[in-house]
Amino acid sequence: MADTSADPITNGPGAATVLAAAIGALTLGVLALLGDAFPKISAALNLWKPTGALSGVTDAAILVWLLAWFLLSRRWQARTVNMKAVNWTSVALFVVAAAFTFPPTMDLLQGK
Amino acid sequence: MEITVRDAVTVLHGMGFGAILLLGFSGAFFILYSSAFAGHPWTGRQRSVANGYLIGLAVLAWIAVLAGAYIVYPWYRAAPPPGVIDFADYPKRLLTASPLTSGWHDVGMEWKEHCAWFSPIALTAVAAIVIRYGGRLGAFPGLRNAVVALLALAFLSTGVAGFFGAMLNKYAPVRGGPEIVLMKSEGHG
Repeated sequence: MADTSADPITNGPGAATVLAAAIGALTLGVLALLGDAFPKISAALNLWKPTGALSGVTDAAILVWLLAWFLLSRRWQARTVNMKAVNWTSVALFVVAAAFTFPPTMDLLQGK
Repeated sequence: MEITVRDAVTVLHGMGFGAILLLGFSGAFFILYSSAFAGHPWTGRQRSVANGYLIGLAVLAWIAVLAGAYIVYPWYRAAPPPGVIDFADYPKRLLTASPLTSGWHDVGMEWKEHCAWFSPIALTAVAAIVIRYGGRLGAFPGLRNAVVALLALAFLSTGVAGFFGAMLNKYAPVRGGPEIVLMKSEGHG
């Protein structure tokens, strides 16, 4: 059986998946930076003591990612969206996320 | 020949889940190339196998980061009790005790513990999109390119995590717990 289907499909659900992943990654980066910069935020992110603030950073990032995925998927379920805009926005979010998790950048932003 | 439980779990995390994951990326790139770029016709069964492969890769990434963050990392970052001066069982403290090795923690572990999570998120997105669009992914070039970029991102973050994981375990291995005897030596030569 060949893998062809006559069901109509748009790029919306795929775009939602891509952008949600970037939003999840950005959340992780922002929380990692905030936790590193502010002891009070680090303490608040310490959901499970043996793992420390990393537990809160990753749990929150996963929650935001899944929520963003759910909401964007509902919104773009049957839509055709501007994939170029989605891709470049996602690239920007991933680059910022990567920079915020990179310790030398973290230190630079905090003036250390 | 023996190994401690913590050694064994760390090996499973890095050389088991992590290394198999890294090897698995080649198959994922091939799936994308064949399906979305070359336009090879796939049967339903072949598509199911490919989907299962991508799901397996995403699951492997989740197991790797969860085992790393919630099993190995607590052993790594455990604080030594007051009065302890031998830090062999406290890898983070061992690394940060010397300016020659502190960078492995300050840069290596601090980066690895966060950026590794990009891999399961990106791989889950890749699997979801490929499964949803199947053979029609090639008809959406923008989305197809995004999937390739997500897969590349997952590969890079896994590579960074794997490299620093190996180096950290070289300079300050996670050890301890009950010992497992793998083989008894006969005392050759």
